[in-house]
Amino acid sequence: MTTLQQAIEQVKNAGNKAFVPYIMAGDGGLSTVKPTILSLQKMGVTAIEVGIPFTDPVADGPTIEQAGERALAEGVTLRNVLETLASFRQEIAVPLVVMTYFNPVLAYGLEQFASACVAGGVKGLIVPDVPLEESAILRQTLNPHGVDIVQLVSLTSPPERIARIAAASQGFVYAVTVNGITGARASFATDLEGHFQRLREMCHIPVLAGFGISTPQQVVSMGALGDGVIVGSTIVEALHKGNVAKVEALVAASKGTIETSTPL
Amino acid sequence: MHSLANSVPTKEGRYGKFGGQYVPETLMTALIELQAAFDEAMADQVFTNELAYYLKEYVGRETPLYFAENLTNELGGAKIYLKREDLNHTGAHKINNAIGQALLAKRMGKKKIVAETGAGQHGVATATACALLNLECVVFMGAEDIKRQQLNVFRMELLGTKVESVETGSKTLKDAVNAALRYWVTNVEDTHYILGSALGPHPFPKIVRDFQRIIGVETRTQILEKEGRLPDAVVACIGGGSNAIGMFHPFVDDEAVALYGVEAAGSGIDTGKHAAAIAGGQLGVLHGAYMYLLQDDNGFVQEAHSISAGLDYPGKGPEHCYLHDIGRAKFDSITDTEALEGLQLLSRTEGILPALESAHAIAYTAKIAQEMDADDIIVVCLSGRGDKDVHTVRAVLGGEQS
Repeated sequence: MTTLQQAIEQVKNAGNKAFVPYIMAGDGGLSTVKPTILSLQKMGVTAIEVGIPFTDPVADGPTIEQAGERALAEGVTLRNVLETLASFRQEIAVPLVVMTYFNPVLAYGLEQFASACVAGGVKGLIVPDVPLEESAILRQTLNPHGVDIVQLVSLTSPPERIARIAAASQGFVYAVTVNGITGARASFATDLEGHFQRLREMCHIPVLAGFGISTPQQVVSMGALGDGVIVGSTIVEALHKGNVAKVEALVAASKGTIETSTPL
Repeated sequence: MHSLANSVPTKEGRYGKFGGQYVPETLMTALIELQAAFDEAMADQVFTNELAYYLKEYVGRETPLYFAENLTNELGGAKIYLKREDLNHTGAHKINNAIGQALLAKRMGKKKIVAETGAGQHGVATATACALLNLECVVFMGAEDIKRQQLNVFRMELLGTKVESVETGSKTLKDAVNAALRYWVTNVEDTHYILGSALGPHPFPKIVRDFQRIIGVETRTQILEKEGRLPDAVVACIGGGSNAIGMFHPFVDDEAVALYGVEAAGSGIDTGKHAAAIAGGQLGVLHGAYMYLLQDDNGFVQEAHSISAGLDYPGKGPEHCYLHDIGRAKFDSITDTEALEGLQLLSRTEGILPALESAHAIAYTAKIAQEMDADDIIVVCLSGRGDKDVHTVRAVLGGEQS
């Protein structure tokens, strides 16, 4: 079992739900990467999705796109984020999952990228614009370096396709909970429970729900559908505004504590 | 016999190493369905007859292949023919694809259309097709392009289309594609995306090519009627590459016909301010396809620069990248200044005001015609008319022309 999957299984075996926050690396400058990751680690998150800014983030909504534009303005790149991770690797215990669009990886060079992932202690990779059909090259290059390639399934994926994605995905299966891009949602489709039930039957690895999850209540309700949640835009927004309490409340919700008095 | 033209794309959507399907998972099922629906429609005579009907009765095809005698005499070289795509309804070749895809959307039971536009030609063509076929339409357009092409925005609105301004990134065509893709991801169940160029994830480059092939198919028949032989060279401007692939594709298997694609060199390739991804880009992935792409060392996509909004895109369609790599087509570039000269040359000699995009093809033709013999034949794809650009051209030439 891979490091990433093991971290999620541990939480699952303890009867809890996984909580994976997404951060935009270098939103606020590269110097924020280390303190942000270490503080989330201290809060007891299951893994951290480290987002890399890109000029054309087609899968992302306005919150993450704007955070990406701020990071780009700070000169943040895939290369210097991985170098930054390598600089405090000894202090990182929580599995890191890099989320980047494909072109920066190609420009880096697949082999060089794989080596930099090892140096930075990266355990998983999510490339939102590389679907199953194009993903073999990533597994071939990165698996020998201990990096899982996490695939996404969507509400539009038919069962036969879900089965193939579930078989290929590593670490966990990233179940997209909306038709659309990242960002907060007030409500979700009504047939989500059936969708997740089918997913869990087909997946031999954990299933995490992501996209649109923004409140402690949603962390609980969406987490219950699978093995936990990924929370992006809300975390990015809270970190940008220095609202650590909001992040703590979301993590607490994943552990079964909802503090209704928490400032949101 | 082996046909090079029909050997691509593969069923995975590859043109050699180019193309592919680099999109979020949410779109994959829609792309697979689209591919099946397109193949089925093109094999169904009911659909192809309907398309042929609208192209003839509504678009005004076939377009003339006009012998530009004055231009030929002025340049003193090869005989120059113009394929008059500017005479199509809405003033450019874009309508060929817009009508085709709108009919396809209707056949697939989709009621809503989303599209991107740069100069506004594809947006106007799509808005037109949607008005005709009673489809709801939203067009995304970069805020910078909206400023440059006010009249086309108003035209789209008159046609009942909603134009959404895109305020992110460089606020031009590539950002409009990002916004259109996001909209499609969100509304994929009832919406078809009419991509306007030979770009994007498979099957879009093939669909756009096959709906634009009529340009080259007509040209082939017309030149055989007029000259009794095929041309020595075919020239087309290339942004994403829709008019060029439509013109080239029926000639790809005719090895004696040279294919010239003309990229926009903007202020000059060496200035870095251009839109010539084949001349000055590297291999990369944007908007679903592996292709030549303007980018920096970190893989961040760079802004394209051209006086012509329709060529202002940082990538080149995957089939063009392939034709370049195997040496079947030659790609060269023309600067803003040269394009303006081409525009004036054609206006003065033939009384035809070309679009700034097409003016790149004219300027390049002027260069090569002079080096060819008087009995050689060049066909230029005059992809659009220049009325939309008068404002831009006047702003640059103002003093000496007025």
